[in-house]
Amino acid sequence: MSLFRLTAHEAADRLRRRETSSVELTRAALGRIASVDPKVRAFVSVCEEQALRQAEAADARLKSGDAAPLTGIPALIKDNMCTAGVRTTCSSKMLESFVPPYDATVVEKLAGAGMVMLGKANMDEFAMGSSTEHSAFFPTHNPWDLARVPGGSSGGAAVGVAADECFYSLGSDTGGSIRQPAGFCSVVGLKPTYGRVSRYGLVAFASSLDQIGPFTKDVTDCALVLNAISGHDPRDSTSLPVPVPDYAQALVPGLKGLRLGVPKEYFVAGMQAGVQDVMEAALVRLQELGAEIDRDVSLPHTPYALAVYYIIAPSEASANLARYDGVKYGFSAKEAESMWDGLEKTKQYGLGPEVKRRIMLGTHALSSGYYDAYYLKAQKVRTLIRREFDRAFEKYDALVTPTSPVVPFKMGERMDDPLQMYLSDVCTLPMNIAGIPGISVPAGFVDGLPVGLQIVARPLAEETLLRVAYAYEQATDWHKKKPPL
Amino acid sequence: MKLSREEVRHLALLVHLGLSDEEVERLREQLSNILENFEVLQQVDTTGVEPTAHCIALENVLRDDVPGPSLSAGQVLANAPDREEDYLKVRAVLEQP
Repeated sequence: MSLFRLTAHEAADRLRRRETSSVELTRAALGRIASVDPKVRAFVSVCEEQALRQAEAADARLKSGDAAPLTGIPALIKDNMCTAGVRTTCSSKMLESFVPPYDATVVEKLAGAGMVMLGKANMDEFAMGSSTEHSAFFPTHNPWDLARVPGGSSGGAAVGVAADECFYSLGSDTGGSIRQPAGFCSVVGLKPTYGRVSRYGLVAFASSLDQIGPFTKDVTDCALVLNAISGHDPRDSTSLPVPVPDYAQALVPGLKGLRLGVPKEYFVAGMQAGVQDVMEAALVRLQELGAEIDRDVSLPHTPYALAVYYIIAPSEASANLARYDGVKYGFSAKEAESMWDGLEKTKQYGLGPEVKRRIMLGTHALSSGYYDAYYLKAQKVRTLIRREFDRAFEKYDALVTPTSPVVPFKMGERMDDPLQMYLSDVCTLPMNIAGIPGISVPAGFVDGLPVGLQIVARPLAEETLLRVAYAYEQATDWHKKKPPL
Repeated sequence: MKLSREEVRHLALLVHLGLSDEEVERLREQLSNILENFEVLQQVDTTGVEPTAHCIALENVLRDDVPGPSLSAGQVLANAPDREEDYLKVRAVLEQP
């Protein structure tokens, strides 16, 4: 088997047995990038020289016996996490030439664990989108069907893993931006509990919803990467000061004694028939593994999550993106008559249509006369959505839903209709609203297009997610299927 | 609710976002459509419900003010579009009379 096909834990085992080196793994990944990235376009930047230097350092560290579980494993980072000395663009003209002077905490942690960083991943501009078509540079293609979208906003990070261009990657999830592309590309993607992973150095989109998490080829890798990035960070006051368990301990077979709820609101309104069939089969499999399944669960406020999300997230975005003034860093319009004119032109030419749409939407929701009707109302319904989840978790260890009601759609199909685009996230938004963790695992295919199974649990119950995901994965072979590239 | 062109222009002014006439018209249509869909929220009874701004119980996080290493002026200014020595350079804020 080619080296680039290995999972991260398989590659790490070979490194420890001296059957390969980090430099060999890195060359294999760079070779794979050279051959398939022109088709899928997952990378905004490839850091070949730096990656090989990091691989040599990792090999020395492995030799000295002082290696961490992920030392020497090549990875890909979504381009909204700051990387010292490496361009961090957010796939926006605004930050096209921005080179951060510091590393995000997650990057610092992975670097400390001996990561080889292959490059930076394409995304919807400022993480606003569900298809990666809103990148200001180029769209990323789904490796299962190049005419279709990979999902978004972390499309590049999902595709990098699905196309075996890297061994794992990091994405960010504000309303489904890890789980939805993981489902669309048939890889594992986890959004941790809000506060589990530091957001320091993550370019802010919606600060009460954003969370960083891993994309991996299997659930074991997911646990390893989560181990490496989790934990309190004094530089992010919203990161939780609680101990981090060893998530690898959660990977035990069987689901005996576990109670799983299936909320019926996730199985209506616009769900494709094929997705429904895949879900039915997955539920049968979970039951065979010993889980008790209750299909009579109702979370009645679920249909309001879309409106709540698309009021709260753009409101926070409109405040966060006010910093792009063309003065401190980033794009700056040169031809302007005055300071105000320069500011307006900087945003007009530096930002793309979806970002402008959300800034305007958020500004409206926060503006005088509309604040109570939109923003405050959305925050109150947010409370109701949280309470509903709290009550469900008194009865169930986890909830099971489809990751998206649809399979990957054709490129261009939803670009002119923002509401249709937003609907592809309808199953993943509620977890960000409630701050709870969720994972998407490969669950099958409809006419060759991937479908994801989403598992959701109470705050800080990532171990439950991993346990259910692992048992399901071990009983199926969807995660071993590779796209025809 | 339906937005007018003037309302779209007003919002853009609030955030200092320059927009072409075509952008104003497209945003007027799209935002009106989105906002109409969001009116479903008015159906939800939120009497006596407290708003949630943040999902974790946030309290003020304090630390001792201890000097530590920080970025140099050169590093901080390295991405500045326009600078003079260790200063950011901006267009005149006050116009000449």
